[in-house]
Amino acid sequence: MGLFDATVRTIPHQKFVGQITTFWIIAVSGFRRYATYRQATVAGTFTNTIFGFLRCYLFLAVAGGAVVGGYTPEQLATFVWVAQGLLAVVLLWGPPELADRIRTGEVVSDLLRPIDPVHSMLAADLGRAWHAVLTRCVPPVLVGMLFFDLYLPVRWHTPPLFAVSVVLAVVITFCCRFLVNCTAYWLLDVRGPISLWTLGSGVVAGLYFPLRFLPEPALLSLWLLTPLPSLFQAPLDVLVERDATPVQFGIVALQGLWAAIMLLLCRVVQRRAERRLVIQGG
Amino acid sequence: MGEFRARLGGHLHLLRAQARAQASYRMSFAIDLATNVSATVLDVATVIVLFTVTDLVGGFRLEESLVMAGLGLCAFNLADLTVGNIERIRLYVRTGLMDAVLVRPLGPLGQLLAMDLPLRKVSRFLFAAAVLAVALLRADVDWTPARVAFALVAPLAGAVFFGAIFVGTASVAFWWIESGEVGNAFTYGGRDFTSYPVTVYDGWFRRVFAYGLGFAFVAYQPALALLGRADPLGLPAWAGWAAPLVCVPAALVAGLVWRTGVRHYRSTGS
Repeated sequence: MGLFDATVRTIPHQKFVGQITTFWIIAVSGFRRYATYRQATVAGTFTNTIFGFLRCYLFLAVAGGAVVGGYTPEQLATFVWVAQGLLAVVLLWGPPELADRIRTGEVVSDLLRPIDPVHSMLAADLGRAWHAVLTRCVPPVLVGMLFFDLYLPVRWHTPPLFAVSVVLAVVITFCCRFLVNCTAYWLLDVRGPISLWTLGSGVVAGLYFPLRFLPEPALLSLWLLTPLPSLFQAPLDVLVERDATPVQFGIVALQGLWAAIMLLLCRVVQRRAERRLVIQGG
Repeated sequence: MGEFRARLGGHLHLLRAQARAQASYRMSFAIDLATNVSATVLDVATVIVLFTVTDLVGGFRLEESLVMAGLGLCAFNLADLTVGNIERIRLYVRTGLMDAVLVRPLGPLGQLLAMDLPLRKVSRFLFAAAVLAVALLRADVDWTPARVAFALVAPLAGAVFFGAIFVGTASVAFWWIESGEVGNAFTYGGRDFTSYPVTVYDGWFRRVFAYGLGFAFVAYQPALALLGRADPLGLPAWAGWAAPLVCVPAALVAGLVWRTGVRHYRSTGS
C-alpha cells in the first residue's frame, strides 16, 4: 500500500507561482467552456427570470405590505431576485460529470495530471461561476429592478462583503457537488445521492423560502451543523442588510470556516478514493 | 388491430426492460423512491411554512390554498410520471440518439416515454393525491354528486394539460438544440404557479400565465368550484366547472407542435 497508488505528486520546481498560473489558466478555460453555449445561457436566464416573477409575487403576497421574518417587502424582493441570479453562480444542481467519469474510468486521466484534481476542478468551477455572474446573474436582477421595488444596500461595506460571501458560497457549493459525485467511487450509480442532494440543498440553502421564516432553534442548528445556509441565505442576508454590521461580518466568517472545512474534506475523500480506484484495478 | 397489438407489445417490452434495469441498482432505487416523495412533501411544506408567517395569502386561508396546491401537484405529478421524460429529448437530439428512435418501427413519442420511465415518481403522485384528499376533507366542501365527480375529473384534466405543456415545450429542442431549459419555465414554473391562488400574482404576468397560457384553469378555477367560492378576479361560477375543458385545445396544440417538430428534425450528423 502506498507504493503504487494513484496519488498525485506536484512538480517540485513550480512550487507557488507555477501553481497560481496553472490555476488561473484552468479557470479561464472554465469560463470559455461555458461561453460556448450561448443558446443554453439565454434559455437558462429566461427560466430564472420567470421563476423570479413567480417567487417575488408570492413573497410579496405573503408579506402583504408588512415586515415578515425581519424583511421588509423591498428586502424580500431583493432576496428573491438576487437568489434567482445566484442560482447559476452558486450552482447547486450541475450535471454529474465527475460521477460519469468515475463510472466509465475516464477519471484516471485526471489523476495522471501534475495538479491536484480538487484544485483543477475548483479552478474550472470558479471560471464557470464568473461566466455565470456576467450572463446569468445580472439579467434577472435587472429585470427585477425594472418591475419591482428592490432594496439597495446603504452600508458602504456591504457590496465588497457580499462579493466575498458569494465567492465563499461558490467554493462551498463546489465542495458539496464534488463530494456527492465522489460517492460514485463507492456506489457507481449516483442517482440516489444526487437526488438526495438536489432535494435537501434547495430547502436548507434558503432557496424555497428565507430560512428566517423558520423557528430560531431550527435555524441555528442548520447554520452550525450544515454548510447549506452558507450557500444562499448567507450572501442574501448580507446583501439585504437584514442584520446589524457585526452579524453581517459574523455570517461571512462562518462561511469562511465552512469553506475551509469542506475543502479539507474534499482532499481527504479524494485521497481515499484514489486508493479505492487502484484496488478496483482502474 | 394486429399491428396495434404488436406495437403495444413493443412498448410494453421496453417498459419491462426499463423497470428491470432501474430496480437492479437496489440501494439507489430505494433512495430515489424516498427522495421523490420528499420533493412533493417539500412543495407542500413550503406552502405550510409560508402560512406560518401570515393567515391569508392572496385572500385565501391555508385549507383553501392546500386544495389548489393539491390539485396542481396531482396534475403535475401525474403528467410528470407519464410524459415528463419527454424533456430528455434535448439530450437525444444533441447526441443523435433520436436517429435510432426514428428508424425503429414504433411511434417516436411512445418510445421516448418508455425509454426511461421514471417509476420512482409514482411515490410523488400518490402523496399529492393524499394531500388533495386531506385538503378537501378539511376545507368544509359542500359535497354533492357533481362535486365528487369533479374532484376526480379535475386532476386528470390538469394532468392532460401539464402533459401538453411538457410535450409542447420539449419540442423546442427540434429547433434550438441547446435551449431546452426554456421548457422548465412552463413545466416546473407552471407547477409552482398552480400551487398558489392566482390572486397572488399581478399585472401582465398574471394575465399571460393564468389566462393566456391557461394555468388558472388547472387548479385555481376548479378549486373555487369545489369550495363554492366566488372568484375574487371576477370570472363567473360556471367558469370553474368548465375549466378542465382547457386541456383539450392544449393537447391539440401540443400534438401539432410535436408532429411539426419531428418532421423538422434533422440529425446532428454525429
